[in-house]
Amino acid sequence: MSEQKIKNMTMNFGPQHPAAHGVLRLVLEMDGEVVERSDPHIGLLHRGTEKLIEYKSYIQATPYFDRLDYVAPMNQEHAYCLAIEKLMGIEVPKRGQYIRVLYAEIGRILNHILNLTAFALDVGAMTPLLWGFEEREKLMEFYERACGARLHANYFRPGGVAADLPAGLLEDIDAWADQYDIFLKDFDRVLTGNRIFKQRTVDIGIVSAEEALDWGFTGPNIRASGLAWDLRKSQPYDSYEEFDFDIPIGKNGDCYDRFLVRFEEMWQSLKIIKQAIKNMPDGPVIVENNKVAPPSRADMKRSMEALIHHFKLFTEGFHVPAGECYAAVEAPKGEFGVYLVSDGSNRPYRCKIRAPGFPHLQGIDFMSKGHMLADVVANIGSLDIVFGEIDR
Amino acid sequence: MSELLSDNSAALNDLKDLVVSQLANEILESEIRYGELTIVAKRDDILKVLTFLRDDTGCLFKQLIDVCGADYPERAERFDVVYHLLSLKHNLRIRVKIRTDEETPVPSCVPLFSAAGWFEREAWDMYGIFFAGHPDPRRILTDYGFEGHPLRKDFPLTGYVEVRYDDEQKRVVYEPVKLVQDFRNFDFESPWEGIQHVLPGDEKAEGNA
Repeated sequence: MSEQKIKNMTMNFGPQHPAAHGVLRLVLEMDGEVVERSDPHIGLLHRGTEKLIEYKSYIQATPYFDRLDYVAPMNQEHAYCLAIEKLMGIEVPKRGQYIRVLYAEIGRILNHILNLTAFALDVGAMTPLLWGFEEREKLMEFYERACGARLHANYFRPGGVAADLPAGLLEDIDAWADQYDIFLKDFDRVLTGNRIFKQRTVDIGIVSAEEALDWGFTGPNIRASGLAWDLRKSQPYDSYEEFDFDIPIGKNGDCYDRFLVRFEEMWQSLKIIKQAIKNMPDGPVIVENNKVAPPSRADMKRSMEALIHHFKLFTEGFHVPAGECYAAVEAPKGEFGVYLVSDGSNRPYRCKIRAPGFPHLQGIDFMSKGHMLADVVANIGSLDIVFGEIDR
Repeated sequence: MSELLSDNSAALNDLKDLVVSQLANEILESEIRYGELTIVAKRDDILKVLTFLRDDTGCLFKQLIDVCGADYPERAERFDVVYHLLSLKHNLRIRVKIRTDEETPVPSCVPLFSAAGWFEREAWDMYGIFFAGHPDPRRILTDYGFEGHPLRKDFPLTGYVEVRYDDEQKRVVYEPVKLVQDFRNFDFESPWEGIQHVLPGDEKAEGNA
């Protein structure tokens, strides 16, 4: 019998596949059920954010950052505000910093709930998603009470936050934080020791520490590979150095470890939220410099100067001294950075957004090589991919 | 915060001295501003610079955080390619910049950092910066069959084509952009900050006419 030639099969995955977490299109080269090569086609959600930002004043550009990683909107604004503050030399008042930390951690929990439960759904567990969305809804209500919008917050502003928290909100967040561990414990019981879940995730998509560095992994994905690296600890911004929390790290760098790291981070975020509420200082929430931050509504009713400031700020905006800087935050998905170039005008000259998911998704090729098709889904889920930030 | 910054600045100064002394022939400029070290390297030596930064024990910038382009059309070599590196070991960052134009290729750093693959594809897509030796030099973010490099300063914000689904042809069609209102680009030159350009007739007062 003559030797038969076996040709690899090319398979299209997505962009409307429910496990593609948005609009991922993967072209997979398959040898039977085994993945030989995976080639992600991205850009289906490309909106030209960086180009648009170049045509907006600095304040008008903030809402674009909500629309990047729409799962944890405020964490993106955070990096952008830090970059502007760096260029302008602004020091945010203490209360403003604490509110930012509080909401950045709420954002982290928001993100991890969605990622972990959707990950569980991808590998077959339906229930946690339904539980998780109830908690997410409660958190988005806190978003709404602070800034008026559930998702697209535009709450962090250069110099602080847009408005002080309404009365009673801190108490409600505290009460929520007290009951949140019920969800975490249930979630833990359903998934962490679950035999089926472990069969789908343990030893799948192993990323060694060297690979994680080489491929530019950050955030939970690099920590799962055993590197204790967290910008909140190593390059603290906005008073993170005053908080007591631990950095969980993984050992094997597989899908299961990435799950565990994120799960533990939720506990740590909860700890930070409690500390932020307990130690919340009094005082202003945004710099009292009306060239950067708008005057209060009450002032505008009486003072002509305040009115002019308000008008100038929301038409022309402020001018940022010429220069360039890079500011990064530990967003829930990893290092979210903004490289901002200013030419001294009221609009950014160049604003490069360094989204953590971009290099993570790039790694899908080496992670999936030699795995089964179903493991690709587990890999995507464990990397925490959101297309808003990858495609920009 | 200020304490942390000062700690950082001592380490940054040491790093700057090290890099400048070791790479004197490859580096054009170096500067510390806003607590960040920026070096401008020669284009053809970029791989040598990055290799040194990655492997020298005083640097160990094992992680390539970002590669991006930037466009300065008034310059002869209009593009900057900006590399951001991070050293987990020393907890430091460095920014390396090189300059190029539309024609001159830049050596690809994929052999040094795997992460560079997509970043360089993005810089090619957005700016048309060509990376020589890139293993997979396709476009990445723009549409299949897209023409032009959208982040160049001379590319209009509104673009050239728009798409819609055509019910008769049963497919998506591409058409030239039609705007109901002209694109408005405001300049915010305000009389309070002084007019920069010379008004017609004013040059006589300066005695230049």
